[in-house]
Amino acid sequence: MSLDKATVAKIAHLARIKVPDDELDHLAGELSQILTFVEQLGEVNTQDVPPMTSVAAQTLRRRKDEVTDGGYRDAVLSNGPETAEGFYVVPKVVE
Amino acid sequence: MTGLTHLTMAAALDGLAKKDFTAVELTEAHVKAVETIRPLNAFITETPEQALAMAKASDARRAKGEAGPMEGLPIAVKDLFCTKGVPTTAASHILDGFKPEYESTVTSNLWRDGAVMLGKVNLDEFAMGSANITSYHGNVVSPWSPGEVGNWSRQLVPGGSSGGSAAAVAARAALGATGTDTGGSIRQPAAFTGIVGIKPTYGRCSRWGVVAFASSLDQAGPMTRTVEDAAIMLRSMCGFDPKDSTSVDMAVPDFRAALTGDIRGLKVGIPKEYRVEGMPAEIAAIWDQGIAWLKEAGAEPVEISLPHTKYALATYYIVAPAEASSNLARYDGLRYGLRVEGASLKDMYENTRGAGFGKEVRRRILIGTYVLSAGYYDAYYNKARQVRTRIKWDFDEAFKQCDVILTPTAPSTAFAIGEKMDDPIQMYLNDVFTVPASLAGLPGMSVPAGVGSDGLPLGLQLLGRPFDEETVLRVGQVIEKAAAVTATPPFMA
Repeated sequence: MSLDKATVAKIAHLARIKVPDDELDHLAGELSQILTFVEQLGEVNTQDVPPMTSVAAQTLRRRKDEVTDGGYRDAVLSNGPETAEGFYVVPKVVE
Repeated sequence: MTGLTHLTMAAALDGLAKKDFTAVELTEAHVKAVETIRPLNAFITETPEQALAMAKASDARRAKGEAGPMEGLPIAVKDLFCTKGVPTTAASHILDGFKPEYESTVTSNLWRDGAVMLGKVNLDEFAMGSANITSYHGNVVSPWSPGEVGNWSRQLVPGGSSGGSAAAVAARAALGATGTDTGGSIRQPAAFTGIVGIKPTYGRCSRWGVVAFASSLDQAGPMTRTVEDAAIMLRSMCGFDPKDSTSVDMAVPDFRAALTGDIRGLKVGIPKEYRVEGMPAEIAAIWDQGIAWLKEAGAEPVEISLPHTKYALATYYIVAPAEASSNLARYDGLRYGLRVEGASLKDMYENTRGAGFGKEVRRRILIGTYVLSAGYYDAYYNKARQVRTRIKWDFDEAFKQCDVILTPTAPSTAFAIGEKMDDPIQMYLNDVFTVPASLAGLPGMSVPAGVGSDGLPLGLQLLGRPFDEETVLRVGQVIEKAAAVTATPPFMA
């Protein structure tokens, strides 16, 4: 599998990572190399094999739908790069 | 009292109990040792004041007769565990300035049992790497590097991702350290630095408060200088935690009590597929030596087959990046860490993540995003999850014929910084023996077994049935005693 520059740019956009134009070619090479490596999985017969969802043989626990903790607004906000009046501040998203 | 930093945890506990020294004295010696080993760049954040305050409190508890199982033992914490009020970086630029408002469950358990925190140790960025060369805070140098300190003739890697943990413990700056293991990040650095590292069964240690890399694989575990110390520390780290949905509600055994030395009649599986092509002669030799030691101790080696071994790395390099791409979506410049402004919200995201992630992390997020994207999900991600099931089945079958599995930990001794760096696949091959057990969620431990022709440590790996860490530890200690490795790093505190 070989990825071209445009595909890498598209994936980078999907992942919300800015990649400088002059790094796209090199990155396309590296990613193609990894994808070529993993393609050997095509050799494995996986017919009727369930995809693994959990390595531990257990189902997710349930709990009562009740409030057990909380009330940490200020603690939660304390690491925010920009906050005001109990909110995170973000660049304008609506015109 | 520099001798204090060369004690094992077990000996330090005895000394504290007999009042030969106090926790404050033990901690002071280690705080000094942490300063001494600064040229290794093992620590990202040193916390000497906190360490001494914790040691003082520990002495007070002991005086009241309330000593816990790790009372007064100074340890280092991989900087992937959230520690309240102490910067937690995951060795990434993107977590600049992050000070958790909470404590991870594993570290809470350690403090509950009396351990003392010396500081936060370096790692590969987001635990992604096998050489501790992807940290935003710089490479860690192995204390085994030859030559003059700071001017080494060959700068060896400590392995990774728990490279700071391994270097600090091997250089006698901490009695033990927490590590995390996603594909070998405890076991491989333990092997490279001549110490013990155990990754317990998936679900034994809570993942709550540990910065996530690949959630279906991540497990915490101890890194120590002896198997007995690993048993002591593992017991404190484990335990059911309702805050981690995959934490297993099972009693934690007294792992130390399992170290009976009696392995008579035990069947030790030797997987034929691990005799990989091009395996260095000394790796094959130490493996054969391990088999011989266990046989002498009364165990019975049996050849087993794990037919899908050769597909484990490819499976891992789909599953782990896929989960990482999802887990690392949370670094958005809004809630914590780095923020690089942009004209719009989207630009701010892209600028922040472009500047905040290093090259290896970026590479893995992009691979993960690709294999999860529309049109490729079935071909890559689902296929890998199916192969993962077959790898797990291989182990299920193998454990019908044996009680424990013995393999080498890594395909070579430690290499130098700068080697194996051009080709990501070459670097990934470091984990060829450790990844399969991670995919199957099994407990695995690396034990020092000898030194190679270059004088550097070699480790052997033991894999056990799910939740049978006791057998792994018991057999591991038999190897440790038979090997009786006396070599120590040229640079120690």
